[in-house]
Amino acid sequence: MYEFEFARPASVAEAVKALSEEDAQALGGGQTLIPTLKQRLAMPSTLVSLSGIDEMKGIHSEGGQLVIGGAMTHADVAEGAEAYPALAALAGQIGDPAVRNRGTLGGSIANNDPAACYPAAVLGSGATIVTSAREIAADDYFQGMFTTALEEGEIVTAVKFPQPEVANYQKFLQPASRFALVGVFVARFADGVRVAVTGASEEGVFRWGAAEAALATDFSADAISGLTVEADGMIGDIHGTKAYRAHLVGVMTKRAVAAAS
Amino acid sequence: MTKVSMTVNGTPMSGDVEGRTLLVSFLRDQQGLTGTHVGCDTSQCGACVVHVDGKAVKACTMLALEAEGAEVATIEGQAAADGTLNAIQAAFQEHHGLQCGFCTPGMVMSAAALLKDNPKPSEGEIRHYLEGNLCRCTGYHNIVKAIMAASGQDVSAIAAE
Amino acid sequence: MPKDIDAKESGIGAASKRREDIRFLSGTGNYTDDINVNGQAYVHFLRSDVAHGRITSLDTAAAAGMPGVLRVFTGADFEAVGGLPCGWQVTDRFGEVMQEPAHPVLAQGKVRHVGDPIAAVVAATAEQARDAAEAIELDIEDLPAVVDMKAALAEDAPKVHDDLTSNLCYDWGFVEENKEAVAKAFDEAAHVTTLELVNNRLVANPMEPRVAVGDFNRATGESTLYTTSQNPHVIRLLMGAFVLGIPEHKLRVVAPDVGGGFGSKIFHYAEEAFCTFAAKALNRAVKWTSSRSEAFMSDAHGRDHVTKIELALDADNNFTALRTDTHANMGAYLSTFAPSVPTWLHGTLMAGNYKTPLIYVNVKAVFTNTVPVDAYRGAGRPEATYQLERVIDKAARELNVDPIALRRQNFITEFPYATPVAVEYDTGDYVATMDKLEEIADIKGFDGRRTESEKAGKLRGLGVNCYIEACGIAPSNLVGQLGARAGLYESATVRVNATGGIVVMTGSHSHGQGHETSFPQVISEMIGIPEDMVEIEHGDTANTPMGMGTYGSRSLAVGGSAMVKATEKIINKAKKIAAHLMEASDADVELKDGQFSIAGTDKSVAWGDVTLAAYVPHNYPLEEIEPGLEETAFYDPANFTYPAGAYACEVEVDPDTGKVTIERFAAADDFGNVVNPMIVDGQVHGGLGQGIGQALLEGCVYDEDGQLLSASFMDYAMPRADDVPFYQVDHSCQTPCTHNPLGVKGCGEAGAIGSPPAVVNAVVDALRSAGKDVTHIDMPLTPARVWAAMQS
Repeated sequence: MYEFEFARPASVAEAVKALSEEDAQALGGGQTLIPTLKQRLAMPSTLVSLSGIDEMKGIHSEGGQLVIGGAMTHADVAEGAEAYPALAALAGQIGDPAVRNRGTLGGSIANNDPAACYPAAVLGSGATIVTSAREIAADDYFQGMFTTALEEGEIVTAVKFPQPEVANYQKFLQPASRFALVGVFVARFADGVRVAVTGASEEGVFRWGAAEAALATDFSADAISGLTVEADGMIGDIHGTKAYRAHLVGVMTKRAVAAAS
Repeated sequence: MTKVSMTVNGTPMSGDVEGRTLLVSFLRDQQGLTGTHVGCDTSQCGACVVHVDGKAVKACTMLALEAEGAEVATIEGQAAADGTLNAIQAAFQEHHGLQCGFCTPGMVMSAAALLKDNPKPSEGEIRHYLEGNLCRCTGYHNIVKAIMAASGQDVSAIAAE
Repeated sequence: MPKDIDAKESGIGAASKRREDIRFLSGTGNYTDDINVNGQAYVHFLRSDVAHGRITSLDTAAAAGMPGVLRVFTGADFEAVGGLPCGWQVTDRFGEVMQEPAHPVLAQGKVRHVGDPIAAVVAATAEQARDAAEAIELDIEDLPAVVDMKAALAEDAPKVHDDLTSNLCYDWGFVEENKEAVAKAFDEAAHVTTLELVNNRLVANPMEPRVAVGDFNRATGESTLYTTSQNPHVIRLLMGAFVLGIPEHKLRVVAPDVGGGFGSKIFHYAEEAFCTFAAKALNRAVKWTSSRSEAFMSDAHGRDHVTKIELALDADNNFTALRTDTHANMGAYLSTFAPSVPTWLHGTLMAGNYKTPLIYVNVKAVFTNTVPVDAYRGAGRPEATYQLERVIDKAARELNVDPIALRRQNFITEFPYATPVAVEYDTGDYVATMDKLEEIADIKGFDGRRTESEKAGKLRGLGVNCYIEACGIAPSNLVGQLGARAGLYESATVRVNATGGIVVMTGSHSHGQGHETSFPQVISEMIGIPEDMVEIEHGDTANTPMGMGTYGSRSLAVGGSAMVKATEKIINKAKKIAAHLMEASDADVELKDGQFSIAGTDKSVAWGDVTLAAYVPHNYPLEEIEPGLEETAFYDPANFTYPAGAYACEVEVDPDTGKVTIERFAAADDFGNVVNPMIVDGQVHGGLGQGIGQALLEGCVYDEDGQLLSASFMDYAMPRADDVPFYQVDHSCQTPCTHNPLGVKGCGEAGAIGSPPAVVNAVVDALRSAGKDVTHIDMPLTPARVWAAMQS
């Protein structure tokens, strides 16, 4: 790692101020950032830890939505989001127990790894990302692999999850990293169905519109039997071809629907 | 350099560290607690697992300064003061749950975290929980068996002894 | 020696608990990275990020001026120093010796694989060394890389080494004289089964990455190297004699607690030579700790064979001939024992457990722009077993016969048995291990379990295979003729102290095998004293006699035999002392339970009385024997040992995703006599884990430009606890080795050798049960590959 200064502010305001310094970078749980720093692939002047900010912690319901602080660890969510079981279950599948004790919701979606689990839940739930500056709808937030709507120095302080009638996340493991080779989050709301896919696309997490339409009229695995996603645009690598990932999107979606029904 | 202070295995410890100093470096290089090992650089092998405020974490993926004021537990603090192994350590020896010993500190610390939350885990729960702890020697058989035994379960029917 | 007796509490056959566990479980082990020498500096290696290129400029001036930097070394500093030696010279089928390129410590003019070290920065801290390495100004002219072995042998292929005639290291034929007879047998065969397959490239990945700490004492002129090695004496010899020119009495190599090796820590590596060299040059200790990412591009890799195998059968399904054509990847340089792996450790095992009368093996070893490839758990024997057991399985399907029956029909049943590939199996009972396997695997119950799986929408398959291994490679005079540049004996010094306790100093090295527990069991049995009166010292060339270390499942068969020989000398001398004390003839002295006695009398003296007399020789036959009680023996085996067994794997395949799950795994092994059954089980478990890893998960992959795609645990899939089941293992079938004093054969590699074909056979069986015309899938059988096979 290159040398950097370390700051651990106690409030979002202080964190935003610290991040206004040139080349300052936010540190969530560090489960992706620290390995990246070890490879010397990032060179922050200051790491601004978000772990000491109480206002970014906690899980509560507000206006029918589940609001989860950006500094909540995956373990916190797995244990504390019982109001949204599919989300809690997803959080409990990220990484491994020790990673879940450090990695955070805000850190994950700020990074937007194309194989991360959380983006599927956030997009699949139609959640709202609350930042230090504004609120952003999930549909506007994810903008491609490792790319989000966040501005420089903007912090994800919380995510507001609408609670669907039923939902489920199915993750097919990349056997080495245990990230999602393909992960599908399906959520049925009174006014429609959302299907969000992670791990598969070169564009990062995406909504599978055709499946959403089919499931809106018939929420059953059979309803999407004839549907496929285009292999073109899927990720192809040593763990699976584009065609295989495209195939898995269908399989995992059906399984998620079946498990949610 | 910034001073960091924490309690390690019940003993207050402090030292001057850089921002980039990892918790595992603080323990190994500054405090001489070399029982916690480093087996990878991508936060996957789990040889470095310690407990911070009662929770299992990978000490190679946490900055020392993030542990300011924390209660840290490492493999060195697991046995009794007179050296008597705790139930998990003893079960690892009894059931040959280690060979080269390099992954062992992380395995024991992960097992301790598991049993705290789940005192009688099933075989499947143990295997799943150990997702972040790699062992290259044992094929995991005797590790899983040892953890089952440490939790008071009868392992006599498990294949092969 | 007695057989495995489960009820025994100590000695040979007892499941004694491991004494070394106490330090490992309490965090007080002493691994190389735990060793810090006062004032030590740290080295960071600048490594090539291209697979093949010419260094056009290398300017270290700016780096040398960076904070904390002591010195920047380049290839120029090593021009007067030898290159890394290769320990085995293979002679090809035309009688010519192999092509052997230079292997510099730091690159000289060219880089030949991603990770090839170019320069080394020594600085006060590791981060300073790394900072300075980034300030080195380096220009490399990219050259086209060769990655694929067959492409590397094309006429116009770029050459990895400009001074060699081609990328062919050797073209080996075995047994060359059989070639025509084998061809004739194929012409006359009633049936021929052909299979082309890949034995996937693996990375050993012991959990402890490599570490080296070089130290130098200017006052004594002595260099010390602390290193993660399976064989410190071999490193001392190779590095001292061939690389740095340091005589052994001025060079100490210490391999303390070592966190697994699996072959990858046999070899002498550039980083060890560098740290030793730099410590002397700087008069300051120099430490290198490999990161895991660095390990992926600097530890020798394993396997990487591409093979076509053909099996000829007569009309009664008897095997009549076997022919193989293998390309073996050497990587960019010859690692220490690399040439021996695809030849003498592979071709000699092609008979397997079967009485195939005619065999011809051809191996072309090829240089490519990849990390050197060398021995990994099993080394050559897994490659032999995999192709043989896969082609037999394919033949059984083609002939529509039961794969177990086909194997049984062709088993060798009489011993000793001289194979057509130059080795003689001293003993074995392949029918017994197959019988035991069918019992413990509950083969009869498979159909019922398949029905249950099918009800749950899963395909279920059963794969069975046999294996034979050759352990304790020897004897030295023979292996010398075969090209080995080292002996393959082992040594032990047994030092009995005045009050009866014993220290055994052995050249065998324990890095997980539990020698500190199992070796004392043998001495305890021989003398009749408690195990805790015996300590094992190993791993330090200053304290132990010259030994060849631990690999090839040789420690107990070879090192243990040396210990037995030395202990026999001790007992003989002790009997003479006892006879003197009892005023009897030493021919009448018996030793039992630590008591010397004279048969038919009530005379006896205790072990401790005799040992005390040896060191306080007041009442002692000084005119006949020397005082003291310490003996050394070197043991050079007369033959290999031949463990063998039969393995069964049951898998479920998810037809929607191609995901394979290991549902059951059973291993019936014949290891001859067993000293510690608990440790033996553990060795088999570990081998199975690695074999299943090879079959389902692990694959080291380069792209066509020679970039390593599986360069960390993020992309190289290691087996985890939930990838494997509880294993059913058994070693009750015991045909003791006939030529070593313990009757032991070795158990360390069996699991890794025997398991990959069982897994692949099972998956093919599962897919065929669903009507898929699948005959083979190359390892690793990832979900993507299995799914793709199901689509075709």
